[in-house]
Amino acid sequence: MRLAAAVILLAPAMLFSQPAKDTCVECHTAMDGVIQKPALLIKNDVHTANGLSCADCHGGDRTSGDPTVAMSKAKGFIGKPKRTAIPQLCANCHSKPDFMRHFKPQQRVDQFELYKTSIHGQRLASGDENVAVCIDCHSVHDIRAVKDPLAPVYPSRLPDTCGRCHADSNRMAKYGIPTNQLDQYHSSVHWAALKKGDLSAPNCASCHGNHGAKPPEVASVAAVCGNCHVLFAQLYAKSVHQPIFSGASGGGGCIVCHSNHGIQQPSTAMLAGPKSVCSGCHEPGTPGANTAAQMAQWIDGLGDALRHSEAVLGEADKAGMEVSEGQARVEDGRENLVKARLAMHSFEPEEMHKPIEAGMAIAKETLLAGQAALREKNVRRVGLAISVFFIAITIFAIWLVIRRLEANGSGYLEPSK
Amino acid sequence: MAGKTIQWLDDRLGLSTIREVAGHKTVPVHSATRWYYFGGITLFLFGVQVVTGILLMFYYRPTVAEGFDSVRFIMTRVEFGWLIRSIHSWSANLLIFVAFVHMFSVVFTHAYRPPREITWATGIILLGLMLGFGFSGYLLPWNQISYFATKVGTDVAGSAPVVGAAIARILRGGEDVGAATLTRFFALHVIVLPLTTAALVGAHILLVQKNGMSTPPWIAASGVRQMKFFPNFFLREAMVWYGALAVLGALAAIFPWELGVKADPFASAPKGIRPEWYFLAQFFTLKLIPSHVWIFEGELLGIAGFGALAASWALLPVWGVNRAGEARQRLVTGAGIFLVAYLAVFTVLGYVK
Repeated sequence: MRLAAAVILLAPAMLFSQPAKDTCVECHTAMDGVIQKPALLIKNDVHTANGLSCADCHGGDRTSGDPTVAMSKAKGFIGKPKRTAIPQLCANCHSKPDFMRHFKPQQRVDQFELYKTSIHGQRLASGDENVAVCIDCHSVHDIRAVKDPLAPVYPSRLPDTCGRCHADSNRMAKYGIPTNQLDQYHSSVHWAALKKGDLSAPNCASCHGNHGAKPPEVASVAAVCGNCHVLFAQLYAKSVHQPIFSGASGGGGCIVCHSNHGIQQPSTAMLAGPKSVCSGCHEPGTPGANTAAQMAQWIDGLGDALRHSEAVLGEADKAGMEVSEGQARVEDGRENLVKARLAMHSFEPEEMHKPIEAGMAIAKETLLAGQAALREKNVRRVGLAISVFFIAITIFAIWLVIRRLEANGSGYLEPSK
Repeated sequence: MAGKTIQWLDDRLGLSTIREVAGHKTVPVHSATRWYYFGGITLFLFGVQVVTGILLMFYYRPTVAEGFDSVRFIMTRVEFGWLIRSIHSWSANLLIFVAFVHMFSVVFTHAYRPPREITWATGIILLGLMLGFGFSGYLLPWNQISYFATKVGTDVAGSAPVVGAAIARILRGGEDVGAATLTRFFALHVIVLPLTTAALVGAHILLVQKNGMSTPPWIAASGVRQMKFFPNFFLREAMVWYGALAVLGALAAIFPWELGVKADPFASAPKGIRPEWYFLAQFFTLKLIPSHVWIFEGELLGIAGFGALAASWALLPVWGVNRAGEARQRLVTGAGIFLVAYLAVFTVLGYVK
């Protein structure tokens, strides 16, 4: 009786909780070819997961089973939107804070405004339909959340997504911009880190922006790099090179030495030697070249000294000696090496020499600790040999005593017969 | 002068009685005599533990904040501290190994038969105490491996039927391994276990003196040549002890006991964490048991099984002899071989897998 009453009372609520009828998906799923594809893709779409459907973008009446009604202009059906209309179409929802708050309260709603300031947006406004609109980066019908690892704008996928157009020489031909950025980026330290799973490593959008994508102005390159490399940027800003490398002088900030898309692991080879980037301006033998060579020598010297200390401590460690304090100190030395590499960006030898000096002192201290541990190991071996020798003599002496004691069979009691 | 002093002491302590008893003590000489030395080696290693343990206590500080650093101080700053700590650790492991050898030598020579039931019982309890020493001492350096191994160990103890949760709580001094566990283990390691062990070692040795050395049942006791304990056997035992000392010194000098990394309760457990070798066979067995066997929880069943095995092993003098008081040699030898094979194979598997 109670059960029947519960069913009767709950039935209306159960009916209302049924998902709304979606004839767009039903009919298009039953079709073939290109008009079936969106209906299949939409199952993976983040909008579908949030209760939206085809009609929310394309208009029409998704509840009607009659195609002439469902896709009638009277019901607001717009069909396939024009490319030029797509940003505004997406913005109809994505620029409305009140609407977006229902789904993602923290979601930004300025994408369209940013897009309008981007090279893509500006060219689209001037009638160039070849440029990227929302769906070129986010895909269409199977749009995934940015945090979804399968989304084309997921950090590790974004470079390839940008590269789909920017590495296409035919598509870029009319703009006269290079198409080797993706290849260069794939050879960079940034891609190496991103590939390993470090999602904080920069991708295209980190430097160029995403919805407001533009090449950074030459004058702002250091500020862009400084978003992550904060201390480097601060030192560089006060350095003698800043005014020379600045945009006003026609330079390029950080990229003068480090390049842009294909940034390699920095090394002292950038300071001195045949691949030195300093030699591009400072002729060999000039004070600038000599200072750069000195800096390279300091960094290499400290690196070598710390590696040597570590090797000696490692040898002692392998021999079972307790050298964990020394090993921890080597890490302090490494910290000074990092500080020295950082201080190099002030281009002031005195600034750089402070951490080098501190690091070298640690390298010396830890080397002595390692050597002392190895000497101690030898002392222990000698001590062991001497101890074992005396123990062996004692055992032998006891054996002689036993032999003498038992020479005539004494100490034994024969069994009674 | 010396004679007068000895006489003075004799009048008060009755030394002549001890000398007389020692003078009458004999050791049977036969094919299995060599196994008698293992009891003595166990005693010697226990002595080494007492001496080195006392020396370590001069510097060790049983707190979470200072435990690890004090052991590092012993290893790096204290004169010969590395030697004392390494000998203590190596000796602990050798002691447990030798105690097992001693126990199995008693099993295979059937020395548990009447009238030595209580000697066997005290021996089994002593073996348990040695394992307790090992378990409690392992945590004291408060390094990463010992911390997590103790977590695993107390978890296993905690899964014992009925009393498991209470045991785990008592051992840990709380819900998890922490500062209270360290002080508890320290108190157990340096006060509770040593006092209990000293009393039981005394009882064990007294019983050996009282009942004499056992002769294997296949050798007629009356037809065996006897060796005087003093000085003949004692000198031989001294040779073995010196040999053990040399082995300990060599192990400590060539393979000093490592210190590891200070325990960090918030770090994730190191990969392949496992207990000390003497708990490996049980640990590996528990890993093999499915999570559920019929209606029982697998781990619970395993712990109950180990408990039953230990209890039946302690009762060996009951089921290992017939009504006439003679050893059931085939049964006990078979059980002994099975147990040795199980411990050896599962310990190796526990290391490898």
